[in-house]
Amino acid sequence: MSSPENPKAAISLKDLDISYGDTKVVRDVTFDVAEGESFALVGESGSGKSTVLKAIAGLAPDWTGEISVLGKPRGHGTDRAFSETCQMVFQDPYASLHPRKTIDTVLSEPLAIHGIGKRSEKVVEMLGAVGLDQRFRFRFPHQLSGGQRQRVAIARALMLEPKVMLLDEPTSALDVSVQAEILNLLKRLRREQGLTYLMVTHNLPVVSFMCDRMAVMNKGRIVEIAPKTALYDGSFADPYTRDLYAASGGNPDADPALAAASESKDPA
Amino acid sequence: MTEAPLLEIEDLRVSFATPKGPVEVVKGLNLILGREERLGIVGESGSGKSMTGRSILRLIRSPGKQTAKTLRFDGLDLMGQSNREMRQIRGARISMIMQDPKFSLNPVMTIGHQIAEALQVHEKLPRRDLQARVIEMLNSVRINEPERVAKMYPHEVSGGMGQRVMIAMMLIPRPQLLIADEPTSALDVSVQAQVLDLIEELVTGNGMGLILISHDLNLVARYCDRILVMNGGEVVEACAAKDLHKASHPYTKGLLAAQPRMQETRDELPVLDRSGGAGT
Repeated sequence: MSSPENPKAAISLKDLDISYGDTKVVRDVTFDVAEGESFALVGESGSGKSTVLKAIAGLAPDWTGEISVLGKPRGHGTDRAFSETCQMVFQDPYASLHPRKTIDTVLSEPLAIHGIGKRSEKVVEMLGAVGLDQRFRFRFPHQLSGGQRQRVAIARALMLEPKVMLLDEPTSALDVSVQAEILNLLKRLRREQGLTYLMVTHNLPVVSFMCDRMAVMNKGRIVEIAPKTALYDGSFADPYTRDLYAASGGNPDADPALAAASESKDPA
Repeated sequence: MTEAPLLEIEDLRVSFATPKGPVEVVKGLNLILGREERLGIVGESGSGKSMTGRSILRLIRSPGKQTAKTLRFDGLDLMGQSNREMRQIRGARISMIMQDPKFSLNPVMTIGHQIAEALQVHEKLPRRDLQARVIEMLNSVRINEPERVAKMYPHEVSGGMGQRVMIAMMLIPRPQLLIADEPTSALDVSVQAQVLDLIEELVTGNGMGLILISHDLNLVARYCDRILVMNGGEVVEACAAKDLHKASHPYTKGLLAAQPRMQETRDELPVLDRSGGAGT
């Protein structure tokens, strides 16, 4: 039962309801993410955006509706073949890496589980791809900074060469300058490896930089799906989205100021 | 007397002892805060901005050490105060809003009780007046049904509401200086604006000074009159908030440029040059 309307969709969700116990936290979520697209889920805490990612990744098994990834419907349990196509990067790199495993162990583990050889070479290669020096390979997470850890988390997600990446606020725990580095990295990896991103964030400027389209969630429902160009002029249809946009400060550099601002950045 | 600045800091240094000798995290900071002035301190993690905020209240925990040539608040030399005297000042005359309401509120005490305690420590009041002040304060931080909320425990309220409770608690003794250390970084964007509007309103209405510590340049620019940008324990740039986009120091410029914009046209964000090491 692969999604009939759009066979090319990398992620296709239909009438997705997700519950935690007796509480239904997400209702009627339906959207498609095309292959190679970068799609954002935007909303406040508690709006259910991370829960949608968790359901796709298999971490919130209590759902009804349809989830399919790259044309294959997803079951409710953990699925080894699935993890080769779809991986997730979590919000807090201080919490998502095992404190007593070296970076090398962390990165080799997915390969070992899936019985893939040439692990050492692949780890070396991946460290290079995410811009980490080889000397970090046998270090522990506490010896790395937040940005370096998030690079490790991204590397771990990429070890199985997935096509679809689920990103749960990948930069919200990081400083602005480090955020810029990680966003650049994610953008480059997507270009180089032809990845599809589904990214959860509450930071609208990040959406403008990283994504093509966004779905805005409020209280467990999608209230609006808009292209990123809506961020330029605030042309949102839903009142909730307009409030969110206003709270984020709108677009201070509409036309003339934009030119001035891009002048001021010097390439040094 | 009213002409003197509210807060004067000269050559403030905070250092921590390490096996390799002392490490200075704030290196000779100077600052003058006028009455009713709103000052923003911006910087990345580890820039020493929070340490600066804490050292104003002399809250640097041992083994950290703070020294200053001048640390004068409203004509009072803070460095010369005993611990006991400092306790009379903390909360009553200078108060501080911490980052995360989840960790800063006492989980086993009702909200009303906690706010009342903040007042009781500094003022003797009959119980009925105390209760009235608490309700009035909760009202002014725009909490609906304050009587009901006063009886609730911190886990029963949302993050935004928790932060408003914190603000109520900090403002109830009517301090002259409010230090807000990342007051909204644990909150959603929409709630963030509400909380900051509230702080702004309460500060400007009562002749209070404000020091807003944050890593978010734009946010600070929106809510402050003057901005200090810190990096590696030093102030690298001081400017009026409205002139932030004219900033001249390369670090400030780098920070500004590294932020994605609402209308993003750049293919890649410029990053700060971290000489040595493989970056972060």
